[in-house]
Amino acid sequence: MSGEHSPDLTAARAIKDRAADWLERADRSEWSTDDETQLEQWLSESPANRMAYWRVKSAWDRAQRLHVLRAPAGDAKEEGAPRFKPLFARAAAALALLAAAGTATLSFTSGPHETSYATGVGGREVVALSDGSKIELNTNTSLRVRLSQHERSIILEKGEAFFQVKHDASRPFTVLAGNRRVTDIGTKFFVRRDERHFEVALVEGRAQLDAPDGTLAHPLMLSPGDVVREKGRSFVVERKPETTLVNQLGWRRGVIVFTHATLAEAAAEFNRYNTAKIRIADPKAARLTIGGTFEADNVDAFAHLVRNLLGVKVERHGDETVISE
Amino acid sequence: MTASALEAWFMREVWPLEATLMQYLRQNWRDASAAEDLLHDVYVRVYEAAREQVPEHPKAFVFTTARNLLISRVRHSNVVPIEVVADFEAMGLAAETPNPEQTIAARDELRRLQDAIDRLPPQARKVVMMRRIDGLSRSEIALRLGLSEHTVASYLKNGMSALADRLYGGAQGTES
Repeated sequence: MSGEHSPDLTAARAIKDRAADWLERADRSEWSTDDETQLEQWLSESPANRMAYWRVKSAWDRAQRLHVLRAPAGDAKEEGAPRFKPLFARAAAALALLAAAGTATLSFTSGPHETSYATGVGGREVVALSDGSKIELNTNTSLRVRLSQHERSIILEKGEAFFQVKHDASRPFTVLAGNRRVTDIGTKFFVRRDERHFEVALVEGRAQLDAPDGTLAHPLMLSPGDVVREKGRSFVVERKPETTLVNQLGWRRGVIVFTHATLAEAAAEFNRYNTAKIRIADPKAARLTIGGTFEADNVDAFAHLVRNLLGVKVERHGDETVISE
Repeated sequence: MTASALEAWFMREVWPLEATLMQYLRQNWRDASAAEDLLHDVYVRVYEAAREQVPEHPKAFVFTTARNLLISRVRHSNVVPIEVVADFEAMGLAAETPNPEQTIAARDELRRLQDAIDRLPPQARKVVMMRRIDGLSRSEIALRLGLSEHTVASYLKNGMSALADRLYGGAQGTES
């Protein structure tokens, strides 16, 4: 780093200043996916930017731990008066709390006022949010949770999740999946997002789907049983019986349920959950159909069954299971 | 290793070394005012290496990187500060000793955080606490403190920056 910079502002200072600027912006509730893209752009411009940002963000994330010092909600009566006690008094209380908890580790947030959760292939996780809502992550899923006083916002980066939302009119609960947004109105629903695939299904309550990029002229109101799939440039809404949705949520119990699925579809579904993949080697076998309930992580049992039931040929090549006529 | 795992690694292993690292750079480089730039360059080098393979002994690796950086700087300048070379040997040993920063318990971390926040300038401290601890929005903070949202944002930004400096200790002496 050679200096064109003014003598009182070193190169490192200038970058740190920019990094703090980004962090402050990212901490705002109106932070959008567009902003996120711009930040990512700035970070990849130079490792120096990334280091400065990670560093200042990590301190801010650590400070999240002080959140445990927060006064209980019941204390919030005196409007206008500053809500915080001297930090020292709160810290003392928090330390007592921590001491009681032994060596319990507090979870780190991964961003400004947000927490990230992720599962690997075959993984499944249930997250209980502080507002009483619950999120269940399916295989190979990552999402970020931002809770503030005015909103609860989930950014689904990839994968699938089931949401059981504790309704709170003053704090809308939204799920953003790329350019699709689902807003709950007291709901159980699930959202799935892949590179080419967006799907939302409402199990209970009411929810609204809209597209911040303007793809949808009007927001879509969803009723229980509604399954919306994006196909090319259109959205297809189907009303499905409850049992179908329950089957589709089989992953919550660790199973996959097929009703008249083709082998191609079934293989694709298994491959979501397993690193050892199934490949259907010829189109004829791909069109055979199958139904039933299978353990999501038991490829062998599935392969065994289709061999016996459909008379197809099943071969193992290393990690791969190849099915052909 | 994914970017977020690497970010977590820096948070856990590298940032806590900052105060010690800064001290080392100041002691071993003639121009102490360049220390902050040097520090940043060390981070970039550590990042570029860790992206390929995460070092097994973070502290030793970070200090070796710092030493190598100083050596390359010495080679590219006409000034040769003898004491740098001398101290490298001692550093080599120190870098092998167990890392007390790694064993920071949750309660120590809370104390350090508390201390870092307490040492912020008064307005920044107030804004940081309202935002970070009470979870108030910028507009609520502005309302309570009788400031514009713009001013709140500016205090927050400075507070975030100062918090990192106070917590990791790298900027001691460069600020009032």
